[in-house]
Amino acid sequence: MDGGTQELLIEGAGCASCVGKIEKALKNVHGVDDAVMNFPLRMVTVTGSAGEDVLINAVENAGYNAKSTQGSTDDELLDEKETADLAYYKRLILGMTVALVLGVPLMAYSLIVGEMTVSTTTERLSWLVVGLLTAGVMFFSGKHFYIGAWKSFCNHSANMDTLIALGTGTAWLYSMLVVFFLTAFPDMARHVYFEATAMIIGLINLGLALELKARGRTSLAIKRLIGLQAKTARVVRGGKDIDIPIGHVLLNDLVRIRPGEKIPVDGLVVEGYTSIDESMLTGEPMPVEKKESNEVVAGTINKTGSVVFKATRVGKDTALAHIIGMVKRAQNSKPPIGRLADIISGYFVPTIMIISVVSALVWLNFGPDPAVAFALVCATTVLIIACPCALGLATPMSVMVGVGKAAEAGVLIRNGEALQTASKITAMILDKTGTITLGAPKVTSIHLVTASDEDNVLQLAASLEAGSEHPLAVSIVESAQERELHLSKVERFNAIAGHGVEGFVDGQALLFGNERLMRDKNVAIDDVVNTAQHMAAEAQTPMYFAVDGQLAAVIGVSDPIKEDSIEAIKRLKKNGIRVVMLTGDNKATAKAVADKVGITEFFAEVLPEDKSNKVADLQQQGEIVGMTGDGINDAPALALANVGFAIGTGTDVAIESADITLMRGSLHGLADAIAISKATLRNIKQNLLGAFIYNAAGVPFAAGVLYPFFGVLLSPVIAGAAMAFSSVTVVSNANRLRLFKAQEH
Amino acid sequence: MMLIINIVGLLLIVGIVWWFWLYKPSELDVNSDVSELLITVENGVYSPSRVSIPSGQVTAVKFLRKEASPCAGTVVFADMNISEELPLNKEKTIQLPALEPGTYSFTCQMQMQMYKGEITVSEQ
Repeated sequence: MDGGTQELLIEGAGCASCVGKIEKALKNVHGVDDAVMNFPLRMVTVTGSAGEDVLINAVENAGYNAKSTQGSTDDELLDEKETADLAYYKRLILGMTVALVLGVPLMAYSLIVGEMTVSTTTERLSWLVVGLLTAGVMFFSGKHFYIGAWKSFCNHSANMDTLIALGTGTAWLYSMLVVFFLTAFPDMARHVYFEATAMIIGLINLGLALELKARGRTSLAIKRLIGLQAKTARVVRGGKDIDIPIGHVLLNDLVRIRPGEKIPVDGLVVEGYTSIDESMLTGEPMPVEKKESNEVVAGTINKTGSVVFKATRVGKDTALAHIIGMVKRAQNSKPPIGRLADIISGYFVPTIMIISVVSALVWLNFGPDPAVAFALVCATTVLIIACPCALGLATPMSVMVGVGKAAEAGVLIRNGEALQTASKITAMILDKTGTITLGAPKVTSIHLVTASDEDNVLQLAASLEAGSEHPLAVSIVESAQERELHLSKVERFNAIAGHGVEGFVDGQALLFGNERLMRDKNVAIDDVVNTAQHMAAEAQTPMYFAVDGQLAAVIGVSDPIKEDSIEAIKRLKKNGIRVVMLTGDNKATAKAVADKVGITEFFAEVLPEDKSNKVADLQQQGEIVGMTGDGINDAPALALANVGFAIGTGTDVAIESADITLMRGSLHGLADAIAISKATLRNIKQNLLGAFIYNAAGVPFAAGVLYPFFGVLLSPVIAGAAMAFSSVTVVSNANRLRLFKAQEH
Repeated sequence: MMLIINIVGLLLIVGIVWWFWLYKPSELDVNSDVSELLITVENGVYSPSRVSIPSGQVTAVKFLRKEASPCAGTVVFADMNISEELPLNKEKTIQLPALEPGTYSFTCQMQMQMYKGEITVSEQ
């Protein structure tokens, strides 16, 4: 900075007295002329030549945090990109217009008047003028091809520019040589090709412009996600509401939201009650109710109420920012199917150049008169028709649209490989709790054995389970809270994974868990076997509760099946996918749930660590296995599966933990994910096949292989048009994916 | 006459093979001061396209895209799962994690890797 001003946002400045301290710390920095803090905005304006890092350091040394206001938001970056793209588009269209203004009349002349041959001095002079005009077009409209080709050449690499520059350059140079050294050429070869040079440059500019427009549409999904971000936030500071840019919101700021407004950053509600539309992130159409201590997520829309919430994640840390980042990364990753293009990438253009030279040599050696003209036309046409861009665009463009489309449906795909594997899944393992069911079990019956009072059983069981995060434990605690029971302190608590818990409450030894736990601890349960079986047959999970080694009660907990699980499982099976259910629950409960949702293959009483064994078993049977779980307990199984699906509830997503994350709880997301990945792979295959066939057929045709048999030769201008539009076709085909609709549900 | 033309043609083919496939650059473009590592994206190439950084330390690489073509708009470090959009005429800093010695390529988003560069990570 040279005596300029810069702005810093200060975190942790809770009182007005901090202002003086921060200003003083900054003023003491060498090179700072002045520092003035606007306390309500938590922003300090520094004048002077000191660097930003030094200033941030000084603030930190004074006991506060500072951050720059300079970082561009996604929104700003998108605007900049669109402005730059528009300017580039205009430049291409202008380039095309200038080239075609010369090329079209020349082309018309060659078609109407006939061959563009040179014989008289007047013709030579006229063509010289045309040649110079063409050079002007090459400079104005095609400069970027020639510079790009030269720079690549110096770098020992070759690209699209190389082919265009060589093709158009050769045609122009040959024509100029004919004009200048007419007599050196045989009569029949005294031909100029200025129209080809001008037309090809014009058409390729047009192709690039159309491609740019089509590419813009491939990123509509990410644009929509970025558009979800609010631009400003209303924060409560010093008892006053102030509107500030979203980038200036600090951690722990209180943010006020009124009806109809967007949530600007992530946070926890501290005041008020409302319902929030989260469909834009989760695809879940029903608004979600929010009250104190509930989480709100940036990008969602407040419906009716007003709330104040405390900012817990701001800037690049919000869930929305993570989602945008993940979608962007996934859009740029490549599935294995496209590797062939990677392999041939280094060989393609030089190979085309060699084919061009070989075809010229063949025509010169064996071609009919005028051999030199035939050689030139074929060599040029080979260079022009080859289109590495179509091959290069084939996979990434489809991935871009497919991953974006999935994100719109609430499905986050981690990378291209996950996308490709998901399309091949043959077996899907579903965890029962939280995946097929809501994962929010409720106490539905209490069968007393030695205990005499339900409340007493619940009070003790809930006290024991209070520290556990297991969904069944949560249901017991909630049930106790509903009955307004006061929980006691638990001592010597011990969780026995996959079995239950034990501990001491009010001096009593408590044991709470499944049948296996009771048998392991020698608690007699034979008398209640029938009761437990009856509960299980009704899809309730029987939980045994023992006090001092005696069975006190059996508590039936049932976890309601998500209302669309049956339909979604039907969709999976219709696609020929083997659906398998896993649960830690007992067999009878598992069977009751499996029967209800139409699953015939299930494994009950599976310990968490055994889940990955089940995945491995299916893989050994030759299946490509998808595993769906909550992303936390199932982590090893998710990691081992060919594709791990983490199923989110609401926006509480573990987006980093799985190959594919379903942001809403519905299993339809699973079927959607598979359907989108299949559609994307189909689209990639179409693109790759099209691009390969185009190049494989176009290049020999351009080289003139059909001439000996049918007397057909391709014009370089037609080759230029074909090349320009082959890329556009690939991008447009990828855009067709945008119209893809997952099956109605 | 044809003999000369054929020899020239064959030499051209040999030249293409050598220049684009066989030639191995021995010198790296940038070797020392990684604190000022700026890679310009212009006219279809990264410049410098071959750079060297020491192993085992996080390195910031600055990219400056001067070319409006959308092909230049994204740089991908596939080995590191990094892909970043490059704004036009504005420096963009990309943090590379501490890397093991080896060669890592960076490319444009498109698969034919029209833009290609290499980072050589060498023992410190």
